[in-house]
Amino acid sequence: MSDGSHGAGHAHQPPTGFIRKYVFSLDHKVIGIQYIVLALAAVLVGMTMSVLMRMNLSWPGTNWPILGTLFPGGAPAGQMTPEFYLSLVTMHGTIMVFFVLTTAPQGGFGNYFLPIQIGAEDMAFPVLNMMSFWVTCAGFIVILAAIFFSGAPSTIGPIGGWTAYAPLSALGKIAGPGQGMGMNLWIISIAIFCVGSLLGALNFITTLLNMRTRGMSLMRMPLTCWAWFTTAVLALLSFPVLLGGGILLLLDRVAGTSFFIPGGLYVSGVLNGDPRFPLHTGGSPILWQHLFWFFGHPEVYIAILPGMGATSHILATFARKPVFGYRAMVFAIFAIGMLGFFVWGHHMFISGMSPYSAVTFSIITLSIGVPSAVKTFNWLGTLWGGRIRFTCAMLFALGFVSLFVAGGISGLILGQSSLDLPMHDTYIVLGHFHLVMGVASIFGMFAATYFWFPKMFGRCLNESLGKFHFWITFVGVYCIFVPMHVMGLVGMPRRYSQFTEYEFLKSLHPLVIFVSVAAIITVLTQFVFYFNLVWSLFKGKRAGENPWEATSLEWVTTSPPPHDNFAGNVPSVYRGPYEYSVPGAAKDYLMQTDPEGAGQPAH
Amino acid sequence: MGRALAVIIWILTILSVILFVSKKWWFPEAISAHAPALDRQFMITIVIVGIAFTAAQVGLGWMVWKYRDSGDGSRATYTHGSNKLEVLWTVITAVIFISLAVMGQSVWASLRLHEAPAGAYHVEVVAQQFAWNFHYPGKDELFGRSDPKLIDEPNNYIGLDDSDPNSKDDSVIAALVIPVNRPVELTLRSKDVIHSFWVPPLRFKQDLVPGMAIKVHFTATKVGKYELACAELCGQNHFKMKSYMLVLPEEEHRALTQLSQEQFQAKVKELLEKYPLPSQ
Repeated sequence: MSDGSHGAGHAHQPPTGFIRKYVFSLDHKVIGIQYIVLALAAVLVGMTMSVLMRMNLSWPGTNWPILGTLFPGGAPAGQMTPEFYLSLVTMHGTIMVFFVLTTAPQGGFGNYFLPIQIGAEDMAFPVLNMMSFWVTCAGFIVILAAIFFSGAPSTIGPIGGWTAYAPLSALGKIAGPGQGMGMNLWIISIAIFCVGSLLGALNFITTLLNMRTRGMSLMRMPLTCWAWFTTAVLALLSFPVLLGGGILLLLDRVAGTSFFIPGGLYVSGVLNGDPRFPLHTGGSPILWQHLFWFFGHPEVYIAILPGMGATSHILATFARKPVFGYRAMVFAIFAIGMLGFFVWGHHMFISGMSPYSAVTFSIITLSIGVPSAVKTFNWLGTLWGGRIRFTCAMLFALGFVSLFVAGGISGLILGQSSLDLPMHDTYIVLGHFHLVMGVASIFGMFAATYFWFPKMFGRCLNESLGKFHFWITFVGVYCIFVPMHVMGLVGMPRRYSQFTEYEFLKSLHPLVIFVSVAAIITVLTQFVFYFNLVWSLFKGKRAGENPWEATSLEWVTTSPPPHDNFAGNVPSVYRGPYEYSVPGAAKDYLMQTDPEGAGQPAH
Repeated sequence: MGRALAVIIWILTILSVILFVSKKWWFPEAISAHAPALDRQFMITIVIVGIAFTAAQVGLGWMVWKYRDSGDGSRATYTHGSNKLEVLWTVITAVIFISLAVMGQSVWASLRLHEAPAGAYHVEVVAQQFAWNFHYPGKDELFGRSDPKLIDEPNNYIGLDDSDPNSKDDSVIAALVIPVNRPVELTLRSKDVIHSFWVPPLRFKQDLVPGMAIKVHFTATKVGKYELACAELCGQNHFKMKSYMLVLPEEEHRALTQLSQEQFQAKVKELLEKYPLPSQ
């Protein structure tokens, strides 16, 4: 670190061939873009699936001739079958959580900007970095394969939700459609994804700890770096548990083991031990839930921490103010990360686990609201007394704060084991986690995209299109996910392909249609964003080195940065990352690289 | 732009609050002994949540309204924060959040950390894809033995052992029939995958896990017929794994338990038709 961190980073020369430059690249910037492109492709699939689901929920029994043509098995004569709907649920959740919310924030933006922001010329292990992307990409190809080889013509994937609870997921075809080959592919895809994420996490941690440039002490790092670092630690500790669990589940399915399958089952008219149903005995279905959620809860922080980092970074930049309570923000990120490992049981209050452990999990879960609230207070503190510039990046960052509050706060309800008795597995849970883990995280990534696109491609995104994108999306997501909370109070259960069977759900029908219409409008608006990306790549306004007058290291190099990030002149750092509006300074911001004394009035 | 954003945030906040305060879509009327305490805990929580939500959104709107860059060249307030404020809001939120969590435990404890009260009425529940079986002990109040090896659908859904004398007067039907104002203990099992017992007005839910016999208890306080749903994804027809819970006056229920198996089944069928669902 002391010599400017010339480690393994620049061991490789700029490649010349197309393959080494753009496909099997070792450059963290190219790899970051590859992750983002992967996420952009995955989110298109996940979003399309959500629209199909909303169509089925709002207008059950309607004939959609186009569906009949596209999915002759899943929607015979244009009407969706229940198993087709449930396979959509599973694929939507899996693709969004793993291949969008885990790839873009960390693998994408983290990969691109962590090395630059700490003044490194590349990641610590460029080859490992390349492998982590391609392994992740292989995982995506396997999950797409599950669409085409689901094992039942009426489904386009397995049936299990993104949580794949055993023994439904462990029994195989005998448990019904959606439990055949598609489930094997699902498990294999997730296992591959775990490996890719582990490789990435090792790289992030090593790079951040060892490759900071001269003067870049830990407490001078942008909050984005703290967020990516903590996320990497969470990934390192949680993904191996899912990987192990996934392997055990696969063994139950294909090798006759009984980790999650108890004895004495009677499934689809067949007793366990019959030649059609190989003998299982002694497994525990709840064990899978423990393994899954030990990973699954940290995973929600893996999804949102980078968004929090980007939001802090962008709020300070466009409020022209230092981040309020930088230290408190760092502690809060760490507190969220650590506490995040001790709350997984709140997904299992009514699973049949010991009711005494629910008491512990409940109290720790509400405690995790404290650092989350501290972050919110500090974001508001950062805005207080600012001179706010309403760029698209800033609008989405402000939207993040609003949505994080709206979505996070219902955690105070759902985290209480007693209130979970009526709320568990109802739509209030959907509203809660979609707002906070889904939409807030995505808003963090939208903010990051509008903010860093000029650095990545040398051109700015179109601000008018961006603002249109913001207004509709911001109002749209409120209209989609807030009504889901009251649906949950009425008692609407998740993962129902139709709400036609129960009298107590009938009164919700207008609300269901309202949500679907809002969802379709919001989804369509995202194509404006896609268009903006492509159009601005070629026609966008040219950006200089530092279009936002920002302070951190990515803004001292060219847009886009050269292969080794700083053209051989690795900068030294003299101050913290958010020195905006320093009294007496010539400009309203001081770069981290401005030498000491630059802030004084008469230098 | 700042003003527009502030106004939009405030409008969304007001509409969100109205959606809850109007109670147009709300919990069904409660029918269990633990529900008043649970609802009270919910109301305390939702009021705190509502105040925090509104305060944060109003504050956010106010910040973007007030501190937009007017372009007059003036600079932002230069501050790195305040340790006093950090300590203050950390302590306040910690006290409120953890108090809420501790208060919420009393309902939980009454239902889950204590055994069913003496004199509870027992029913065994055996779920399967995509149906409910309720096993009643009959006059002797003793459950016959059951074994998956003896399952013979559709004659014997739960594998009840006819050779066990206790099973002679047992009934297995697809609806749950219980007395009002008397504690009920359910023993929950599943034949195949995980299901979840869910009666919304009861404010009660519990998974049925294959390989486990989970004992839970509650007391229903209002006579009537209620829809019973599965709340854990169990396969393609999860959405119509439906049954009813019938809560009967004590006398009517006692009479029912004295009937022979055939009479019991016929009477339950008759009662299910007689009682209407609560108006929605």
